[in-house]
Amino acid sequence: MTITKPTRFSFPWQALFTLLMFGFMYLPIAVLTVYSFNESPYSAGWTGFTLKWYGKFFADERIIAALRTSLIVALCAVAIAAVIGTLMAVGLSRYRFPGKGIYQGVAYLPLIIPDIAIAVSTLVFLAAVAIPWSGGLIQLSLGTIVAAHVVFCISYVALVVSTRLTNIDPHLEEAALDLGATPFQAFTQVLLPELTPAIVSGCILAFVLSLDDFLIASFTAGGGANTLPMEIFSRIRTGVKPDINALSVILISASGFLFVVAEYFRYQSEQKRLQ
Amino acid sequence: MTSSPVPSETSSKSMPQWLEPIALLAPAGIWLGLLLVIPTLLIFQLSLVPGIRPGEVVNPSGLDNYLQIFQPVVIRPATATAPAVMDFVYLKVIWRSLSFAIGTTFMCLLLGFPVAYFIAITAPKNWRNLLLVGFVLPLWTSSLLRSYAWITILRPTGVLNNVLTTVGLPTLDILNRPPAVYIGMTYSLLPYMVLILYASLEKLDKRLLEAAADLGATPIQAFWKVTIPQVFPGVAAGSLLVFITSIGDFIDPELLGGASSMTLARLIYNQFLGASQNWGFGSALSMIIILAVSISIGLLLKYGDRSSANL
Repeated sequence: MTITKPTRFSFPWQALFTLLMFGFMYLPIAVLTVYSFNESPYSAGWTGFTLKWYGKFFADERIIAALRTSLIVALCAVAIAAVIGTLMAVGLSRYRFPGKGIYQGVAYLPLIIPDIAIAVSTLVFLAAVAIPWSGGLIQLSLGTIVAAHVVFCISYVALVVSTRLTNIDPHLEEAALDLGATPFQAFTQVLLPELTPAIVSGCILAFVLSLDDFLIASFTAGGGANTLPMEIFSRIRTGVKPDINALSVILISASGFLFVVAEYFRYQSEQKRLQ
Repeated sequence: MTSSPVPSETSSKSMPQWLEPIALLAPAGIWLGLLLVIPTLLIFQLSLVPGIRPGEVVNPSGLDNYLQIFQPVVIRPATATAPAVMDFVYLKVIWRSLSFAIGTTFMCLLLGFPVAYFIAITAPKNWRNLLLVGFVLPLWTSSLLRSYAWITILRPTGVLNNVLTTVGLPTLDILNRPPAVYIGMTYSLLPYMVLILYASLEKLDKRLLEAAADLGATPIQAFWKVTIPQVFPGVAAGSLLVFITSIGDFIDPELLGGASSMTLARLIYNQFLGASQNWGFGSALSMIIILAVSISIGLLLKYGDRSSANL
């Protein structure tokens, strides 16, 4: 190891501090996990091992229904954003046109603008324009949550895909065209397979963010839908509940699993780049 | 960039040339235009309209909703004998949001820099990816559940006070007070800061450090004169990103801060989904957040590290 070099700070205190910060990052997760198996519902002390909170969670129809709503929203939003976002990333990498800077700026704005601002403007748009103009055909519901989620999902999918696009050899597609493929064939048979790992990785990221969103969903849901974050929020507001611990552990394990899958696809994408 | 495909013999069968860019860019353009651009312009318009319903009487000045922010609010006294108090409630809310955001940025920088430095420079090379992935993994948990976990830890009968009592120290009552908000926000944003600082520190030219040492600089001197100037764009990018995210944060102040931690995002939420709604005022407050974020993005593009700003 090169730690003895005079220009670097000494190894131990940095390692100790980093270890401490790792503890800070994992403390809340550890606490939730331990308490989800704790017999006593309210005391902070350990009173015995139980699985009853998990049983209570799976028997809770409101939570299960909210989870189903959230999954439907996330799957629909990600499916739409996967198509539109990939097309957009390819288009932006391929063409130069007047106003491209503005187009790009708008496309990546949701990555950085606070959720509350997006939530407010979407609600105002839906209530003041979309609902009156459609003659009440559009109502605040599951559909409007999906439409609003697609906006930020597009940005995340396009971000991951465009990173991959900068590393793809442009001659590959030209070669396909020279060999007689139609532009559509070149796109689906040459470019798309190259992009698949990046698309999947971007979709997983967008999926997790859609499942996690509270603000945009509660502004665009109206009375029509109740997503999991909305249900969790209203329960946390009314106090600490042990079955939320069980729910947390299940959700954290699921998102940990998705993270590993996303990393795997990102790794695949990197490997392709190195080839 | 303009490597549009060469028209081949078979292209007569496929779509015409001009259709391709439209097919690629129009769907996203229409979706974003309808649900992002028009709505933002709309809340700007609405912010100029006093009163709840748009399209009614438009005040000539149009700035009433903005001026309301600078006006004091008369607070009814709790007892009949006490005099009514004038208080600049909305300015205080903006000030509180700014101080939460600045404090969180400072904490993330203070805690995040040593971690990023250790992972990028001191740690053995084959540990780096694992350490970095391990550090940012908690980001993938639900933001509501992270705040909920901190409630479990910080509440008066929670884990922290349990530990303090066992050790024999006095208990702390910080839930529903600003310190809990700082803890929650720092916890949520620290991984972003570490990611960006890591990206910047990883590119650090270590030969310059060695050269500085050869020329007689102490490690402290080398750190301030060689390392810091090189990683400044990363520090700026990380700080601005944390600042932007924390100024619009709703969940941490709402769940951990209690009534004493009213912030801009919570105030806006109340204007639209709360008991006393005022869409025009809420839109004006939203425009203030958008303005603050736009200024920060401008600074980010000017001083920040372009590559890490994409994170």
